[in-house]
Amino acid sequence: MIPMDHYRSTAHELLEKISAGQASARDIEESLKARISQTDPRVKAYVRLAEQNSSDCAGVATKSGPLAGIPIAVKDNICTEGIETGCCSKILGGFKPPYDATVITRLRAAGASIIPSKLNMDEFAFGSSTENSCFGPTHNPWDLGRVPGGSSGGSAAAVAADEAIMALGSDTGGSIRQPAAFCGVVGLKPTYGRVSRYGLIAFASSLDQIGPLTKDVHDACLLMNVIAGPDPMDSTSCSSQPPDYTRSLVQDVKGLSIGIPKEYFVEGMDPEVKEIVREAIKKIESLGAKTKEVSLPHTQYAVPVYYIIATAEASSNLARFDGVQYGLRSSDKRQITGSKLIDMYKHTRGEGFGPEAKRRILLGTFALSHGYYDAYYLRALKVRTLIWRDFKNVFEECDCLLTPTTPTPAFNIGEKTDDPLQMYLSDVLTISANLAGIPAISIPCGFTRAGLPVGMQMLAPAFKEETLFKAAFTYEQATPWHTMKPKL
Amino acid sequence: MNYEPVIGLEVHVQLKTKTKVFCACPTEFGKEPNSQVCPVCLGFPGSLPVLNKTALEYAAKAGLALNCTVQKYTKFDRKHYYYPDLPKNIQISQYDLPISKDGYLDIEIGGRTKRIRIKRAHLEEDAGKLVHHENASLVDYNRTGQPLLEIVSEPDINSPEEAYEYLTSLKSIIQYTGVSDCDMEKGTLRCDANISLRPAGTKGLGVKSELKNLNSFKAVREALTYEIERHEQVITGGEQVVQETRLWDEKTGRTISMRTKEEAKDYRYFPEPDLPPFEWTEELIETIRKTIPELPKARAMRFMKEYGLQEADAKQLTCSMQAADLAEKTMRAYPGANKKTVVNWLIGPLASEANARSLQWHELGIKPEDLVELIGYVDSRQISNLAAKAVLTEMIDTRRTAGLIIKDKNLAQISDESSIEKDVAAVIAENPKVVEDFKSGKSNALMFLVGQVMKKTKGKANPQVVGDILKRRLQNA
Repeated sequence: MIPMDHYRSTAHELLEKISAGQASARDIEESLKARISQTDPRVKAYVRLAEQNSSDCAGVATKSGPLAGIPIAVKDNICTEGIETGCCSKILGGFKPPYDATVITRLRAAGASIIPSKLNMDEFAFGSSTENSCFGPTHNPWDLGRVPGGSSGGSAAAVAADEAIMALGSDTGGSIRQPAAFCGVVGLKPTYGRVSRYGLIAFASSLDQIGPLTKDVHDACLLMNVIAGPDPMDSTSCSSQPPDYTRSLVQDVKGLSIGIPKEYFVEGMDPEVKEIVREAIKKIESLGAKTKEVSLPHTQYAVPVYYIIATAEASSNLARFDGVQYGLRSSDKRQITGSKLIDMYKHTRGEGFGPEAKRRILLGTFALSHGYYDAYYLRALKVRTLIWRDFKNVFEECDCLLTPTTPTPAFNIGEKTDDPLQMYLSDVLTISANLAGIPAISIPCGFTRAGLPVGMQMLAPAFKEETLFKAAFTYEQATPWHTMKPKL
Repeated sequence: MNYEPVIGLEVHVQLKTKTKVFCACPTEFGKEPNSQVCPVCLGFPGSLPVLNKTALEYAAKAGLALNCTVQKYTKFDRKHYYYPDLPKNIQISQYDLPISKDGYLDIEIGGRTKRIRIKRAHLEEDAGKLVHHENASLVDYNRTGQPLLEIVSEPDINSPEEAYEYLTSLKSIIQYTGVSDCDMEKGTLRCDANISLRPAGTKGLGVKSELKNLNSFKAVREALTYEIERHEQVITGGEQVVQETRLWDEKTGRTISMRTKEEAKDYRYFPEPDLPPFEWTEELIETIRKTIPELPKARAMRFMKEYGLQEADAKQLTCSMQAADLAEKTMRAYPGANKKTVVNWLIGPLASEANARSLQWHELGIKPEDLVELIGYVDSRQISNLAAKAVLTEMIDTRRTAGLIIKDKNLAQISDESSIEKDVAAVIAENPKVVEDFKSGKSNALMFLVGQVMKKTKGKANPQVVGDILKRRLQNA
């Protein structure tokens, strides 16, 4: 008889069960499959679900390694050899990468298995709600009428709905942390350069990082232990070896100095969110941490700076989707102009990209255009330096920062789709960490009266993930939030 | 009014690294299409470039050889344009911080030296190759991602001839550094030219055209000559030159318009975020500088001084490093004080043999000591000059030494008078009319008689000895 509730467990619990002979890779896989077929028709965290049956988990039981027997769910923008990877965009339809991303190679080497259906996301990670997916939106497991956040909405929803043990997402301006907060799970954006980007289909190269979405802090450490570290295939990866992150799993924040940036309690912030995060601050103080108000004076520029740099890089990174080598090539033979080649480009890109991708390509192309570069891109780079300096200064007086992850809890599906600017502003609290390249974590810190999860964000100096893990673990172990499950 | 052409050249040389500039694919020429590719050079989603340090060092070495300053801080930029041979529709290049800048190259023109300034030399990745068929175009990505050094001159060139000299000199210098083959046929050297006219003696710049599809140095010279005339006709006809890119058509000997300025592209350069900037240390620059060999001009000067060569000979011997190496080793190995003998052999018979085989001297497989041995046989009159040329051909074909060939073919020259006397007597007897001519003062009659004796001895007699005997006999008769 197979105990079928493995899907509810964390990876560290399952690893214990496996070593105690109470679970096998096959059991876990079966349990997860059953759960997915039961709940995913409503949650829609996965895309290309038919692929689920072509699982590569067979034989995984014989594997060894720190994650042996644990299935990993992967966002649709991380390349998996032979498994369709499409950034939830029509333009990459049918694309099966001939190679694994470095994080996937490392996970396989650690004994983990890769779930062959990928996780839903906003097309090319452009969005904060997973509504910009060519497969349609993912639904928040806590309230199916609401968004799971984005762009890693599929990753967060799958973990929250117990449809995944642990998942990989990517974070360019909050794409791991915001959905983690909306879905009540743990999400970490590592320091820029800590995790290899090789095989991550680029959105904004100077901001993107792959990171874990997990059910608790312990699992985030386990996943980071495998995926972090130098990679010769990524020139921007840091050459230093990462520490063993599980050593940060100690309940001790005594003497930890936590800054509370006043600019992060923004106007228009949901009063319930504010109240819940204030409670969390009191809680962590009661555990021994010292808090003080600090200031990051250039915070207000983060969103405009981000939308210049990120769109400029995106317009460049997405230039390669042209119908020549892979993905969609328009069969439309109508000529727009006199030349056939340019028609192929125009029809392919016109049909292949969704409206948000087009908007960002246009914004970025404009920002890099002759005569505008200095006024937009170059100026944005300068302000980015000021934002980086804000953090450098503030970390001279505290060890880490604590803020809400989002100004509001999960919003309704369709609520912000007509107003891109409102959508962009939902990233206001998470964007700065990407601009500064520093690590940031979101962990659950309570629920609204309507039963929606609220997340708190902690930020630390570059390569100080350990500080985040230690503080987050201490808070998590003293609170019940991470044990709560949505009713599905 | 007289017009003065103002010309600037953009030269691309492919650097001879074993692997491509941003991935580990091999760079061998002439392989099966798309056999030397990987996700990185194919620009697949998620792939990232990693800089080949050797390409960077080669680029710096070429820059230093062209008297450029290597910049302490260098970075890469993305240049955007859509074309199927560019898989990312992005070319990784360098915009505002090229590896090296502010160099120069001195050319010899009309017996004087002229300095052509070099604006910059930067590293970038090559594009692929399009193969056009009737109903489809195919792309070969083997060349995609090969390292290119783009060398941009200032508009200091004022005639097609100067452009030709600049290119010849540039090619020679780069070849000496060993960082590129600079072979236009294999596309490892490519050249675009910018040309405009201005009233002679003025400083401003006229409207330029950019010339492409220049497939040889000769084509550069011809296209520029054509374009100068075209500009002149436009201007003297009272019209304005249009700024445009034009293609050279070798068959018709004309340039044709490709695109005008209005269609010029906005490349939207911005710093390549996937490659961190590179900082040079003074130490590394000096290490690279030390690897630059003696360059052609300096070597020619030294040949003149050290071996007493004429300027023209010295220049010819030093045009390629391998040829100059062979020449110098041969001159050193040759015991005689007058090196002219060796030089004549090199630029004479050896050069003809090389031309006949479409090779360079050093590719003939002739070792300096072998050549010196051969010349030695001629000097000591053991074989005739004529026979020696045949021996050289044989040496190249069979890779055997001169001594062995002479022995095998019994080519040793007969200088022993007694054995020649008999043949001389016979020739005199057989040609009474010519003998009369000689006696009546026709000097070329002697040449004919010598030739006849040579024929009888199958070329083995020493012609000088034959001549001496003939003269003695005929004058005494």
